Amino acid sequence: MLSIAPSYMFYYVPLIIAIAMVFGATRHENTSLVLNHAWQTGRWITSFMAIIFAVLFVLNWMI
Amino acid sequence: MSADNPNVIAVDGQYVDLHNRPLAAFLAWLIPGAGHFYQGRTTKGSIFFVCILSAWILGFALGGGHVVYASWQPGDKRWHYFLQAGVGAAALPALIQGQRMKENTNPMSGETNPSYQPLWGGFMAPPFRPVIESEADEVSAWYARHGAGYEMGTWYTVIAGLLNILVIYDAYGGPLSVPISGRKKEDEEDDSSDSKTKEPEANHAGPETTDDNSPTPRETPSESS
Repeated sequence: MLSIAPSYMFYYVPLIIAIAMVFGATRHENTSLVLNHAWQTGRWITSFMAIIFAVLFVLNWMI
Repeated sequence: MSADNPNVIAVDGQYVDLHNRPLAAFLAWLIPGAGHFYQGRTTKGSIFFVCILSAWILGFALGGGHVVYASWQPGDKRWHYFLQAGVGAAALPALIQGQRMKENTNPMSGETNPSYQPLWGGFMAPPFRPVIESEADEVSAWYARHGAGYEMGTWYTVIAGLLNILVIYDAYGGPLSVPISGRKKEDEEDDSSDSKTKEPEANHAGPETTDDNSPTPRETPSESS
């Protein structure tokens, strides 16, 4: 199982919000485009992390 | 706003006056978002100010206030500080503390004077010397006291500093280009809608050279001056 408390996952939330918003705002001027870009960035990073997490979780379970 | 001005760029169908670019970049480094406020890009300035300083302060708190310090001593080469310094003024006290710690450390023995008292109650002060890996020094005590929060706080502050580098670039040169993959997607969407009229480049298009020099109509209220 997880070697850390699940509550540690919450550390991820403020960080991903900050990163996604800054990424979006450094690529657009229009606020709606900034928010759209931020949402896509956040979704992409979260999906990527979730896939890595799932792979590691399964590997850990198999070993 | 004249399109002939080299400091004026067209982004997302609107003109942005970057004013004095080096000054804006310096202000952006000094205080995240300050360069954008100077340029009149208040919405973006607010986003940068809140997001970057929140990450910075949260990280600083998670690490018990000990994750940001300047040190380049044997056993304690704090390379993270170079990245944390990206947030500007918020990281500068560490330089003063680092210099004072250096002055109060014996270069021969590598030990800090035990009677030395860092300024401001030790705010952003390096650990007392010597710092030796796997030994019970002050850094070990910080790790023991804050656990994963110390590591997490270090990375939060490092990431905040790195993000501000993007912001400094944005203040100096305007928004970064959208990656090629993103452009492809946009192009496909344009093709599917059979739009024959191409809009100006969404990002980093230079000042448009239209005869009337008038900005392209905006989709949303502008935040630029």
